[in-house]
Amino acid sequence: MLGPIPMEHGLLLAAALFALGMVGLITRRNVLFMLMSTEIMMNATALAFVVAGARWGEPDGQVMFVLVLTLQAAEACVGLALVIQLFRRFRTLDVDAAATMKG
Amino acid sequence: MTNLIPLIFIFPLVGFVWLTMTRERMTQNAAAIVGVGTIGLSALVTAFVGYDFLTHPPAGGTYTQTLWTWMQIGTFAPTFGVRLDALSLTMLGVITGVGFFIHLFAAWYMRGDDGFARFFSYMNLFVAAMLFLVLADDLLFLYFGWEGVGLCSYLLIGFWYKDPANGAAARKAFVVTRIGDTSLIIGLFVLYREFGTLNIDAVLHGAAATWMAGNPLATLVCLLLLGGAVGKSAQLPLQTWLADAMAGPTPVSALIHAATMVTAGVYLIARMHPLFDLSPVALEWVGAVGAITLLLAGFAALMQTDIKKILAYSTMSQIGYMFLAEGVGAYSSAIFHLMTHAFFKALLFLAAGSVILAMHHEQDVFKMGGLRTRLPFTFAVMLIGALALAAFPFTAGYYSKDQILHLAYLTGHHDLWLAGLVGAFLTSLYTFRLIFVVFFGPERWRQSAHAGDPHPGHGASHQIPLAVLAVFALIGGIIHPPLAGVLPQPIVAEAGGWIAYMPEVVSIAGIAAAWLLFLQMPQLPAALATNPATAWLAALWRSAWGFDWLYERVFVRPFVWLSRINRDDPIDHAMNLIPNTLSGLNVLASATQNGNLRWYAAVAGAGLCVLIAVVAFT
Repeated sequence: MLGPIPMEHGLLLAAALFALGMVGLITRRNVLFMLMSTEIMMNATALAFVVAGARWGEPDGQVMFVLVLTLQAAEACVGLALVIQLFRRFRTLDVDAAATMKG
Repeated sequence: MTNLIPLIFIFPLVGFVWLTMTRERMTQNAAAIVGVGTIGLSALVTAFVGYDFLTHPPAGGTYTQTLWTWMQIGTFAPTFGVRLDALSLTMLGVITGVGFFIHLFAAWYMRGDDGFARFFSYMNLFVAAMLFLVLADDLLFLYFGWEGVGLCSYLLIGFWYKDPANGAAARKAFVVTRIGDTSLIIGLFVLYREFGTLNIDAVLHGAAATWMAGNPLATLVCLLLLGGAVGKSAQLPLQTWLADAMAGPTPVSALIHAATMVTAGVYLIARMHPLFDLSPVALEWVGAVGAITLLLAGFAALMQTDIKKILAYSTMSQIGYMFLAEGVGAYSSAIFHLMTHAFFKALLFLAAGSVILAMHHEQDVFKMGGLRTRLPFTFAVMLIGALALAAFPFTAGYYSKDQILHLAYLTGHHDLWLAGLVGAFLTSLYTFRLIFVVFFGPERWRQSAHAGDPHPGHGASHQIPLAVLAVFALIGGIIHPPLAGVLPQPIVAEAGGWIAYMPEVVSIAGIAAAWLLFLQMPQLPAALATNPATAWLAALWRSAWGFDWLYERVFVRPFVWLSRINRDDPIDHAMNLIPNTLSGLNVLASATQNGNLRWYAAVAGAGLCVLIAVVAFT
């Protein structure tokens, strides 16, 4: 039987997930994929909480995970509403189409 | 009862706020009811207070009531206090009484105008400010009203602001009167420095106690106050704005530029008369300014073709009479003439407004003519107003002007008397020139481009004000304001002989001359106006002695030139560094807000990395 997974592995996984999400957020132009990237980033942070909770033997990490889940639900709600509005207005999901501000 | 005094100005203020808040959302009928009704209520309260004041006169003839202290800076504590005596009561009666009928007429005159409610809001504000001016117990409070009426005058002259010429006229009126206002406030500064208060009673008592007659400081203060008075009352040398002020709607000309605001200077001098009594030099100046203005304006009125400008120069000339009266110490006669002038000049302006509307907004008298059968009612009331203005015996203007000329002669001011007499002849001449050209003679309007039959005004709000003011213009001379306790009157022995009958003779001679010149032989004045020998004089009179021309060259152009060469001075450039730097930074910062969502995310991530790096490596 394998021993407990070392905390470093868990945190590295979380960091890798976060970086993937970040890269996806920056490089994707489709707003739906950007939304999914943010979900990945949030899951990465939630994972970090769980790992940290396991390391100290405290339930707080899992409590925070539930909180992050709630946050994700709310965020998805708002995000999808924005996606629908974007599509209605521009007939596309390309987020660069909405970059009409002149700066 | 006297507790009701604040209500007199609270009603117009409420009307102003109400009309300003609702503006054009209110129907015109509702706006008229608010605008006219508040002044009507104010007039009723004035009548009530006036009745109470006259039946139960307060001790000393003055009732004062401090409403609250305006501000408290060390020992300087000007108050909002009202002061009711016979002088302010007379002014109150003129402002609310005549003002009410002018408002009523305006409800007819302005009907259909886009800015109907705006018009009445300004008019109500004007009445409130004018009431502050005459009720004020404190010179600073008086100055507050003084500036308030100036503001309303500006707003109402430029009421039809879409025409730039009206805006220019409003600016001119504001700037020119502002010169006088500056002189007045400097006068107030001197008074405050000397007496440490601006309460009218305290100042007057202090002056009487510490200054001997002929004190140079008293003369200085009086001349500064006179400067303010000539600005507001359109007297020489600040008279140029009044003719341009006719750009405003006609009820405005009747209310502000004939009956009330322009007489504020007369009121100021009468109110501060103990001060002027200390300075014979300043009083001489007051009389001289009045006499010269009444002559210059009388000649200028002879050559005007715009019906309102004739009346404007006539107003200047009549206020000249009031100044003349004050110059000889006949303050009470000046206020009496102020009151009768308010009756007949408001009537003349309103009747002129009626003619202008009947002629489809035509103001040139030489495009009218023969209107007496077309507009019989307007003709009748205008004739009454003209007779009163010409001081025809037993009209209102006769009593007051006769008194002034009489007292000028008997106090030994024979030069002023002569000027007044010549002015009286001119008054009759230009007034009946107006009447004969507009209402008699050929129907010249048939040849004009937008000819249409004159359509007489009708409706109660047209007829009632004209009829009531006509009655006052006719018999207003029997109203004797109870000024004896407030304003002194020179004591003279009754003069007999031909001197006493000169005003009547001159008045009727002027009417006869006008009949001869403008009805029987209209070719004679026309020939004089084109004859090269006299044409220059005609041109001079038409341009009101060329004061505009002179001021344009002496003041306006050098000022414009100075400001133009001063536009690029180094200090301005140094100051401009600050806004330029800020706007440069603004360009940089706003460039980052490009609306590109991925750019925002990348920047947020980069910022996070930097933060983590800072935390981790320090």
